[in-house]
Amino acid sequence: MPAKHLGLVLIGIVMLYPVLWMVVSSLRPDDEIFRSPGLILDSLKVENYAEGWNALTPSFGTYLVNSAIVVLGCIIGNLVSCSMAAYAFARLHFSGKRWWFGIMLGTIMLPIHVIIVPQYVLFSQIGWVNTFLPLIVPKILATDAFFVFLMVQFIRGLPRELDEAARIDGCGHPRIFLRIILPLMTPALATTTIFTFIWTWNDFFGQLIYLTDPDMYTVPVALRTFVDSTVATSWGSQFAMSVVSLIPIFLAFLIGQRYLVKGIATTGGK
Amino acid sequence: MSALDELRQLRRGGVQVRKRDNKAAFWFLAPWFAGLVFITIGPVLASFGLGFTKYNLIQPPRFIGFDNFARILSDERLHNALGVTFTYVLVSVPLQLACALGVALLLDRGLRGLAFYRSAFYLPSLLGSSVAIAVLWTQVFGTDGLVNRVLGFFGVEGKGWISDPDTALSTLIVLNVWTFGSPMIIFLAGLRQIPAMYYEAAAIDGASRWSQFWRITLPLLSPIVFFNLVLQIIHAFQSFTQAFVVSNGTGGPSDSTMFYTLYLYQQGFSRFDMGYASALAWFLLLIIAAFTAINFWAAKYWVFYDD
Repeated sequence: MPAKHLGLVLIGIVMLYPVLWMVVSSLRPDDEIFRSPGLILDSLKVENYAEGWNALTPSFGTYLVNSAIVVLGCIIGNLVSCSMAAYAFARLHFSGKRWWFGIMLGTIMLPIHVIIVPQYVLFSQIGWVNTFLPLIVPKILATDAFFVFLMVQFIRGLPRELDEAARIDGCGHPRIFLRIILPLMTPALATTTIFTFIWTWNDFFGQLIYLTDPDMYTVPVALRTFVDSTVATSWGSQFAMSVVSLIPIFLAFLIGQRYLVKGIATTGGK
Repeated sequence: MSALDELRQLRRGGVQVRKRDNKAAFWFLAPWFAGLVFITIGPVLASFGLGFTKYNLIQPPRFIGFDNFARILSDERLHNALGVTFTYVLVSVPLQLACALGVALLLDRGLRGLAFYRSAFYLPSLLGSSVAIAVLWTQVFGTDGLVNRVLGFFGVEGKGWISDPDTALSTLIVLNVWTFGSPMIIFLAGLRQIPAMYYEAAAIDGASRWSQFWRITLPLLSPIVFFNLVLQIIHAFQSFTQAFVVSNGTGGPSDSTMFYTLYLYQQGFSRFDMGYASALAWFLLLIIAAFTAINFWAAKYWVFYDD
């Protein structure tokens, strides 16, 4: 047994070492980053953070706010639209239900790359390029079918007697949904929130394509512009901003571990 | 009330119930329907149409027949990109799943500190697709990077792993293997479904741990292996961020990290050749569909369903 723990700890260290090293190195002067593979700080250079923060105009604060807006919009969009669609698929009888459900499942597997060109054409025709709308509106329209499926599975597990009792008491579907199903499905909503947060925060492809004006950049787009720009040669400040960009993910991970693990185990997320 | 009346009323009632549900369903599904038309299926169909045109967003699309699809057959950079993508998918996914299964087996059954280990191994899956980690990778596998410093300790002389076309793709494969945490969690959930009595019975019969793994664990886990395989292959085909950041968007050195998605991006959004990019998108869909179909076909021969 001790050997097993030793092995696991070793694997863990090897895996997380580069990330720890990046955090430590973000506080180092550049020559030391290249010299030292260790985790002990010989000399401290907190200026990396100020340097990185102000390297681009506008400063990193703007990108954090932009990312926060996009993430918040996507979370609200997913929670509202996916729960509505899930209620219909899990509880309502309507014509062609199996067929529509099949289509919904099919869209889970649909790569964004297949739809991005016509989608871009559409959004650029209506003048949405360089706004957050192309990133948020698809979520309001329940296109993250993965979450619809996750919620359908959850609602199916809730006892039907509850809705039937409510129906006998004269509740219509909107009220059954709002008063009974929605409060009971908070675990599924939490899982959706946390996954949407992490995936949207990390998303690069969509944000790279739709946001080309520096004032509208989100964190990933800004970070990659920063790394790419000839002005920035300092690894220290690049690492500093990389660490800043990962902090929200790490916090989400700490707070939402339980929901993340459950969400993956039941539906197979990333 | 006659039976006929009752029947009629029942029918009317039945029709009414179905109608009421239909109407409610329409409203509950309205956002999803709109998304289907404008965001998902609509664009898929539209991109099929655009695939037959030359279109640069400024001039109206011009019909050019099968030219874009013929170009797919003769475009040598694309063929290279296909090779790079296939290598990446076919090497990194099996390695990733092997790590995931191996670690999941170590973590199974009442190990102390299981929750902690599980979280630690899972964390890279959340970070792996970020730009920040790609930036880190650029440094770690650079000429003066962390890997070469560590190798230097052992007296091994390293090289610029990312700037060398022979090894650049390997660094991205390592990155994908590094994110084995999410399939690991799916394996852990699957392992928990295997009844402990199977192992107890096997132990009484004198079966070794090794043969228990091959005769009990693997067959019973094969549906989960299959599920992970399908999912991770589809996922790996769509990798973009890492190759883009590591190569500054070029797919270099010498196209060695030119993923299919990166090539598609360059055609569509650097050169604004939207027609060709649409044809490429459809081709990608066909490739992924073919891989998935092959997976499902092959599953008949190795996936074991208990029920």
